[in-house]
Amino acid sequence: MSEATFVEAVNRTLARAMREDDRVIVLGEDVAEGGPYLVTAGLAEEFGRERVRNTPISEGAVCGVAVGAAQSGLRPVIEIMFIDFITLALDQLVNQAAKAHFMSGGQLSVPLVLRTQGGAGQRNGAQHSQSLEAWLAHVPGLKVVMPSGASEAAGLLQSAIADPNPVVFVENKSLYFRREAMPEVVEPIPLGEARTVRPGRDVTIVALSRMVGDALEAAERLAAEDGVEAEVIDPRTLVPLDLETLSESVRRTGRAVLAHEAVAAGGFGAELAAQLQAAAFDYLEAPIQRVGAPYTPVPVSPPLEDAYRPGSDEIVAAARVAMRWGERDEEPWVKGALTTS
Amino acid sequence: MDGELASGVLRTMWRIRHFEERVAQLKRSLVVHGLIHLSIGGEGVAAAVCGQLRDDDAVYSGHRAHGHAIAKGAPVDRLMAELMGRDAGVCRGLGGSMHLVDTEHGFMGATGVVGGNLPLALGSALAGRLRGGDAVSAVFFGDGAVQAGHFNETVNLAALWRLPLIFVCENNGMAEFTSREEHSNVELVSDVVAPYGFERRTVDGSDVPAVHAAFGEFLEAARGGHGPFLLECLTYRRRGHYEGDQQKYRDPAAEVQWRERDPLARLRGRAISEGWIDEASATSTEQEAAEEIEAAVHFARESPYPEPAVTNGLVYAT
Repeated sequence: MSEATFVEAVNRTLARAMREDDRVIVLGEDVAEGGPYLVTAGLAEEFGRERVRNTPISEGAVCGVAVGAAQSGLRPVIEIMFIDFITLALDQLVNQAAKAHFMSGGQLSVPLVLRTQGGAGQRNGAQHSQSLEAWLAHVPGLKVVMPSGASEAAGLLQSAIADPNPVVFVENKSLYFRREAMPEVVEPIPLGEARTVRPGRDVTIVALSRMVGDALEAAERLAAEDGVEAEVIDPRTLVPLDLETLSESVRRTGRAVLAHEAVAAGGFGAELAAQLQAAAFDYLEAPIQRVGAPYTPVPVSPPLEDAYRPGSDEIVAAARVAMRWGERDEEPWVKGALTTS
Repeated sequence: MDGELASGVLRTMWRIRHFEERVAQLKRSLVVHGLIHLSIGGEGVAAAVCGQLRDDDAVYSGHRAHGHAIAKGAPVDRLMAELMGRDAGVCRGLGGSMHLVDTEHGFMGATGVVGGNLPLALGSALAGRLRGGDAVSAVFFGDGAVQAGHFNETVNLAALWRLPLIFVCENNGMAEFTSREEHSNVELVSDVVAPYGFERRTVDGSDVPAVHAAFGEFLEAARGGHGPFLLECLTYRRRGHYEGDQQKYRDPAAEVQWRERDPLARLRGRAISEGWIDEASATSTEQEAAEEIEAAVHFARESPYPEPAVTNGLVYAT
C-alpha cells in the first residue's frame, strides 16, 4: 500500500488505460502541458501528441470531435477544465453524445469520458466554482460519476473508460491534493454500485463527492455528541443509481440526510429524496432532509464563500432535525436551505 | 463524364427526387411524420459527392439529409420506413427524418442541430488518421451553419490538425426563412475560411459535372492523407425550409430560377447532348427510380410500428 493524491490517481489511471488500449486518446485545453492541476502531466511525453492533443479553447468542437471519434472506434477522454465551461459543450454532450445510440436504433455508440472538475472553496468566483451534475443526470443516455477520493477515482475511471456510453466524470477540486493510502493496482469499480462508507443504525447520510468526507466527519460528531450512529453512503454514480443500497439503508434507519455541494434547489438531492420517499415511505420517521448550497451564485469573498459552501456543520444540523423530528416543533432544514443562506 | 458515370449519377438523383416528392405527399397525408426538410434542387451535390465515396468513408449530414443518405447507399425502403416511424426503419423508427443513420454504408448520421455535425465529422477523420488507411470524412452543411460557433471551432481545428476532412457546403442562400444577406456580410462561404490557408472552391451546385470534378480532386488529395478542404456548391432550394413553410419570403422570380437551376434537367439535357447517354436510357432510368420508390413506400406502409419496449433497451449501449 502506497499513497497518492486524487490527481495522481487519475493521472496513473489514464496512463494505464492508454498503455493497455491504443484506442484511448486524451483531448483538451493544455492537456499535453499537464493542465492547471497537472492531472494529465507526463502523458504527452509517454504517448506522444497524436494521442494526447492540446486543443484550442473550443469546448463545443472538442466535445464534438470526441463524439465523432468515439462513433468511429476510438475511446476519447476529454477534459473540460472547469465544469462551468461545460455549458459550451452541452449541445454536443446532450444532443449528440447522449442520443446517438438511441436515435440510431443502436447502430452508433459513443464510448467517451468527459472529465471535468467542479466545486467551490478556492475563491475562484461564480464562473469557476459550480456543481452542475444535476443537469447532466437529467439527460437520458449520459452516465454521471462523482468520485469521493483517490482510490475511488482510480477504480471508477477505469470503468468509465471501458463503458460503451458517454460518461461524465465529475471531480472536485478540493479533493485534488488530498493524500490517501492507495494500492499499487486498483481494481475497477463497477458503475452503479454504491459504497457504504460507515455503517450506522440511526440515520442514513447519502453524500456526493467531496461531501462524503464531510459526512464522515459529521457522523463522528453525531456519535460523540449525540450518541447517534449515522450510516454514510457514497452512491459514487448518479447515473446509474444504486437505489437498492440507498433505500435498504433508509428502510433500516428510518431517517435520511442527502448532502451535496450543489445548490439545493433542483439539485440531485431532490431526485434522491423523491425516489427514496417512494421506496421507503412507510419506514420514514422524519421528512428526508437535504443539505446543499443556497440559491445564489458562488461568492468570492472568503467569509462569504466559506458560509456558502455546505459541509459537516450543515450535515450535523440536518441529521439532528431528522433525529428529533416529532420531539418538538422544528422547521425542516430544507426550508432554510432553499430560501436563505 | 462518361455514359456509365452520368447514368449512375442521374439514377441517384432521380431516386432522391422521387423519394422526396413522395415524402412531400405523404407528409401532407400525415403518413410521414415530423419536421421534413427536402433537398429538391440539391440532388446533384449529394449524388456527385457521395457517389465517389466508399462505405468506409464517413458522411455526416444535417437536417436536410434524405439525399445524402440515399446517395451514400442507404436503402430507400428502410429510409422511407424510418420517416414513417416504423420498426423496419434504418433507426427502428427512433431517429426520423432529421436523424438518419446507416453505419453499414458509412452514413454516420444526420443531425437536427444546425452545425452540430461539423465537429463529429472531424472526430471521425481523427479516428481515421489514428487507425491508418485512406478513408476520408465528408460533412454536408448549409450556409446557415457557417454563423454557428461550431463552424469556426471545427474549421480552425481541422486546419490545425490537417485531417482528411472535406467540408461540403450547400449554399442555397437561405438560412431557414432568411436570406444570407441578412445573416452575414460575407457572400461566399469559401471566403469565410480563406485565412485558414487550406484549399477551397466555389462551384455552381446545379452543374453536376463541375461538382463531381471539384470534389474528385479534393477526394484524391484527401486519400493521400491531406486536408482539410472546403467545397462550396451554390444551390437552389426548391421547397420551403420545411414542408408546410408558408414561404412568404419567396421571390416571385423563383420559378424562372428553378427552370435554369434544376440540376436534374440540366444534367439530363447535357448527358444527352454530349452523347453520354441516349434519350431512351434517360427515360428508363427515371422510370426505374420511380418504381423503386413506389416499392419503398409499399414496404414502409407494410412495416409495423416498433414495440414500445424497444426504447428501454436503447438508452444505453451494453
